[in-house]
Amino acid sequence: MLKQIEGSQGIAAAVALCRPDVICAYPITPQTHIVEDLSVLVKSGKLKAEYINVESEFAALSVAIGASSTGVRSYTATSSQGLLFMAEAVYNASGMELPIVMTLGNRAIGAPINIWNDHSDAMAMRNAGWIMLFAETNQEAVDLHIQAFRIAELLRCPVMVCVDGFVLTHASDRIDIPTQEEVDNFLPSFLSDQTLDPTRPLSIGAMVGPELFTEVRYLAHVKQQTALSVIPQVADEFYEAFQRPSGGLMRGYHLQDAETVVVSMGSMTGTIKEAIDEERAAGHSIGSLNIVSFRPFPAEAIQKALKKARTVIVIDRAIDPGDGGPVFQQVQRILMGKGPMVCSVIAGLGGRAVTRRSLRQLFEQMRSSAVESPHFLDLDTKTLSDFLSTQRCCSKSCSSCRAC
Amino acid sequence: MHKEFYPKGVKTVGNRLRDPTFHTVQAQENRPNALTSGHRACQGCGEALGARYVIDAAVRATEGKVVVVNATGCLEVFSSQSPESAWQVPWVHSLFGNAAAVATGVAAAMRAKGTPDIRVVAQGGDGGTTDIGFGALSGMFERADDVLYVCYDNEAYMNTGVQRSSATPPAARTATTPVAGQAPGNVFGTGKSVPKLALAHGIAYVATASIAFLHDLEAKVFRAMSFHGARYLHVHVPCPLGWGTQPEDTLVHARNAVYSGMFPLFEGEYGHVTRAFHIENPIPVEMYLKGQRRFAHLFGKDGPNAERIQALQAIADAHIATFGLVAPQGDHA
Ligand SMILES: Cc1ncc(C[n+]2csc(CCOP(=O)(O)OP(=O)(O)O)c2C)c(N)n1
Ligand code: SF4
Ligand SMILES: [Mg+2]
Repeated sequence: MLKQIEGSQGIAAAVALCRPDVICAYPITPQTHIVEDLSVLVKSGKLKAEYINVESEFAALSVAIGASSTGVRSYTATSSQGLLFMAEAVYNASGMELPIVMTLGNRAIGAPINIWNDHSDAMAMRNAGWIMLFAETNQEAVDLHIQAFRIAELLRCPVMVCVDGFVLTHASDRIDIPTQEEVDNFLPSFLSDQTLDPTRPLSIGAMVGPELFTEVRYLAHVKQQTALSVIPQVADEFYEAFQRPSGGLMRGYHLQDAETVVVSMGSMTGTIKEAIDEERAAGHSIGSLNIVSFRPFPAEAIQKALKKARTVIVIDRAIDPGDGGPVFQQVQRILMGKGPMVCSVIAGLGGRAVTRRSLRQLFEQMRSSAVESPHFLDLDTKTLSDFLSTQRCCSKSCSSCRAC
Repeated sequence: MHKEFYPKGVKTVGNRLRDPTFHTVQAQENRPNALTSGHRACQGCGEALGARYVIDAAVRATEGKVVVVNATGCLEVFSSQSPESAWQVPWVHSLFGNAAAVATGVAAAMRAKGTPDIRVVAQGGDGGTTDIGFGALSGMFERADDVLYVCYDNEAYMNTGVQRSSATPPAARTATTPVAGQAPGNVFGTGKSVPKLALAHGIAYVATASIAFLHDLEAKVFRAMSFHGARYLHVHVPCPLGWGTQPEDTLVHARNAVYSGMFPLFEGEYGHVTRAFHIENPIPVEMYLKGQRRFAHLFGKDGPNAERIQALQAIADAHIATFGLVAPQGDHA
C-alpha cells in the first residue's frame, strides 16, 4: 500500500513485516526513529517480539548474537559512533555465521563530532565479513530489508542495510509498504540448524588454532563469493513477488553507450542521475553505475559494465585520509590495465549536499582539463588558504618557526 | 559448619552416615558432569572445579534445562578448543566483555520461542566480570533479565598471564603489579566489590561462595535458580599458576580465605544482605597469605612486613564487622 511516510517509518514497517523475534534498541541519530517506531509496534501489540532497551551498541549487537545463536530472527540498528562502539561484536557476528540484520543509518564519524550523512561508518567496517547493501531510495531501503533477512538466512551471514542518514531516514516519501501476506509468502520463517538446545547440546564459539583458522577464513571468503549469486537471485524472487525492481548487485543508468560513467552508492545516485539527464540533453555521453552490494564487491559485474567506458568517475562519500576514496580504490583495482581512466571524487562528507550544479560543473571541468585525484567536490579553498596562511606550522613541537 | 564431615565420594563414611538428602550434587554417582574430564586446565585449577560445581547444580535445579554463556578467559580456553569441547550442556562463547548481554539475548530468544523454562547461566572470570564486562553486567542487572551471572574470581587476568584486575587484592604480585620499588605488589585502597554493586542494583538474588564450601555453594545455586530475573553469584576460585600455590592446596587456600575473613560469604535479596556464613574463630590473615608466592614478598628474609600484613588484616576485620561474620555465641548458620 502506498503511504506518505518518513524513511525510518517505512524501514520500521518493513522490519516488522519480517517478524523479528528479538529487537535490540539503542539511540543514535539518525537511526533512532527506526527503533522508536518499532517500540510502538511492539508495545501496541501489532508486532509480537522481544524488544530490549540495551545500555550500549556493544550490548545491542551482543544481545542479537545471543538471540540469533538460540535460533531466532534478530534485528538491531545503529549509526556512526554506535557502529564503532560495537565493532568487536560486528566481526564476531559474522565469524559465528549469525543471520542478524542491522540497519546502518549512515553518518560521519568524529572527531569532530558530526551527526550528518556520509559513508565513513560503513567503510570502517567494510572488512568485517558482513554483506553490505546500500539503498538508493526509501523504497529500496524498505525492499532491501525484506530481502536482507532472506539473504542472511540463506547464507547464514549477517547483513547490514546502509541507508543514508537524514537524506533518506528523515525524508518523507511515498513508499509502497507490502502486506503481511506478501512478505510471509516471500520470507519463510527462520529455521536454524545450529541452536542452543538442551536436548541437543552444542558448543558454539569454540577456539580454533592455526591448524584450521585459515580454512575457516577461506570459507568466509567463499561465502561472500556465493553471495554474489544469492543476492541477484533474491532480487529476482523479490521482483517476481512484488513486481518492482529493487536490490541486486548494481544498477546502470544510460550505461550502454556512455563514454563517461559515474560510479556511486546510496542516495546521491539519484542526484547524479538527474545531472546525467541534463548532461545528455546537452549532448554529452555519460551514464551512471550504482553499486547496491558493496560487500560482496561485484568485481566481475562491474568490470563488464564498465568495459566500454573511457572515463570512470568514482564518487565516494568517505575518505581514507592520505589515500583516497574506498570505493575508488576497489574500482581502480579491478579496472587496472583494462582501458578506462579512473578518477576519484570525494563528496558529501559530514552532510554536505551533493548538488546537481556542482556535479555538472565537475563534469565540465573534467572534460576540459585534468583534475587532481582525489578531487574534493565543493572544497572551500578560500577558507582553507586563509587558515593555512595563518597557521605557520602544524604542531607545537615544531622548532623551525618561532610563530608558536 | 566447617567442623562437619566433608563427603568426598559416594562410598565414604561421611556419605553413608548422612541422610541422602544432604548429599551434594557432586557426591552423587549420576552427577551431571556438565564440564567433563579431558579439558586443559592446570592441575588444581579452582575455576575448573567451581564451574563444574555451579553448572552441575544449575543442571539439577533446572532438570537439565539450562544454557551456558561463557566470556573469554581461562575457563573458555581450557574447555573448548575446537574440535573438542568439555561441555555437556548447550554452551556459547562470543567475546570477553559481552557475556551478560549475550545471555540477555538467549533469554529473550527462549521467551520468543515459548520455552522460557530453559534457563540461562552466564559465566566469566573476574576480569571479564568486574572490569571489561561490567557495563554489560550492570545493564543486564538493571533490566532484570532472567539470567544467573556467575563470576569465577581468581583475582587476576590469568589467561593472559596473571595481570592485575579490579579484583586483585592489595599487595598481591601480578605481572603488572610487580614486586619492585617502594610498595611491592598491588596498590592498597583500590578495587571494587561487585557483589555489593550487584546488591545496589536491587536484583533478586546475590551471593558469594567458595569452592571450599560445597554444600553452601550448591545451596546458593539452587536458591538462585528459584528466582526469576537477574541474579549474581561470585565464586572464589584459587589459581595455582597465578597465585604460586601447590595444586593440591587449592581448597586449603580457598578455605583460609573464608576463615580469615578475606573472602566473606554472604547472601542478599532485592538489595539487602539476608544471611552471612559465620566463622567461629577467624584465623589470622597471615595464615592465608603464607604459602602463596604472590604474597611471598610480605615474608622476606628480614622477617614479616608487619605493617602491610596488618593493613591486609584490617581489610579482613572490616569484612567481619560489615557482614557480622563472627556469630554471637550459640548462633550457627
Ligand atoms: C576485548 C579483549 N581484550 C582483551 C582480551 C585478552 N584476554 C583474553 S582472556 C583475558 C583474561 C581473562 O581474565 P579473567 O576474566 O579474570 O579470567 P581468567 O582467565 O582469570 O579465568 C584477557 C585479558 C580479549 N580477548 N578481548
Ligand atoms: S591459569 Fe589458573 S585459572 Fe587458568 S587454568 Fe591454570 S589454574 Fe586455572
Ligand atoms: Mg581471573
